[in-house]
Amino acid sequence: MNTKTRNIIVIVVIVVILGIIFFRFFVGTYDKAVALEEDVIAKWANVESSYQRRSDLIPNLVNTVKGYAEHEQETFTQVIEARSKATQVTVDPKNLDAEAIQKFQAAQDGISSALSRLLVVVERYPDLKANQNFLELQAQLEGTENRINVARNDYNASVQKFNTHIRGLLRKFALSVTGGEFQRKEPFKAQQGADVAPTVEF
Amino acid sequence: MGYKIKSIFIFLFAAIALTGYSKDFPKRPVPPRMVNDYAGFLNSSEVSQLEQKLVQFDRETSTQIAIVIVDDLLGYNKADYAVRLGREWGIGQQGKNNGILILIKPKTSSSQGEVFIAPGYGLEGVVPDAIAKRIVENEIIPSFKTGHYYNGIDKAVNTLMALTRGEFTAEEYNKKVNNPGEVIGPLVIFFLIFLFSFIGKIRRARHYSIGHDIPFWAAMTMLGSSRGSGSGSFGSFSSGGGSFGGFGGGSFGGGGAGGSW
Repeated sequence: MNTKTRNIIVIVVIVVILGIIFFRFFVGTYDKAVALEEDVIAKWANVESSYQRRSDLIPNLVNTVKGYAEHEQETFTQVIEARSKATQVTVDPKNLDAEAIQKFQAAQDGISSALSRLLVVVERYPDLKANQNFLELQAQLEGTENRINVARNDYNASVQKFNTHIRGLLRKFALSVTGGEFQRKEPFKAQQGADVAPTVEF
Repeated sequence: MGYKIKSIFIFLFAAIALTGYSKDFPKRPVPPRMVNDYAGFLNSSEVSQLEQKLVQFDRETSTQIAIVIVDDLLGYNKADYAVRLGREWGIGQQGKNNGILILIKPKTSSSQGEVFIAPGYGLEGVVPDAIAKRIVENEIIPSFKTGHYYNGIDKAVNTLMALTRGEFTAEEYNKKVNNPGEVIGPLVIFFLIFLFSFIGKIRRARHYSIGHDIPFWAAMTMLGSSRGSGSGSFGSFSSGGGSFGGFGGGSFGGGGAGGSW
């Protein structure tokens, strides 16, 4: 065997080994991106369902309050309107970009502020505040806000993991080679000012 | 760059260790305990009474009701703190998420007392928010207001046990966990440990039987019994010999309710 063929064999072996290493890296990067994206989608579903849970409480809450405070029609209308507006906003979990999240958040913040106005109204009706049914709804609403908070935090953590994964330089290259179409996901912004969920403390 | 960050971390860690002040969640207790009073809220006999009751309940039902009393919520609201701590400790069993965390921050001269009952995902059905609220408002707060701390907690624990009993049982749990992917790993490890100890035993038994002129199998049972004390340390973390086996990795989703006094 002369030196030339030996060199060729060495080069071929190196190329094959490098090829295998790259292939494994590419496949691993792609698979992990898929897994992380699925996790984001699952966490998003939790966000939506906890907001939905709050939405489902509203008719019952409004009806209970109505029984004691029939003069507050305007506040009720605001709550109902905000709720129906929010149900019209649908988010495609495959496309959680900044625009989608902002729209979703704006709609939900509408409910939050309408609810907080409603709960201010409640302050004026001591009989209502002592009503057992109302107290239970209030506890449920409080718990729902907590669940929303937890679901949003979980979603943000998942999004951060996913975004970090797809934006790393080498991994980005690997994903573009494997043809994976992964879009950056948008986290929730911290709530500030008027957007703060109603504090349901009495 | 990496070194810099590392040295900063080491410095911070040392600083925290030196001042003895750590603005952090309490670490999962070792050995595991159900009742964790970091604020000196209860006396030791009250703690051990509750502990005994809750460990017994865990053994019967696999439902874990943990009580944590801290003197600082680290700036979190109580619900948030409870979820984070419950998840970090993993109260309840993994997959069943049947833990309950009763979080208490005693009243001080400058701040009001806070209490929160957080059921894990798996118990949100039997301990809905409204029920948790009622337990807090009707059983815990009135007792706490009059200084009967142990009574308040004990009543709440009794109610929670009554609500959750029958929801999960320890046997049901053992049957339920036959998701092969999750079980095979530990099983293999367990089998290997068993195998090795068995091989060791056989060797020693053989030795013993040759030296003492008794049958090999008899030597083996003798060795088995004489080694009873040795296996005690193993039993202590597999919840065998009367102590608590540790938190199981349950998770929390923000359910529950709280109150202040």
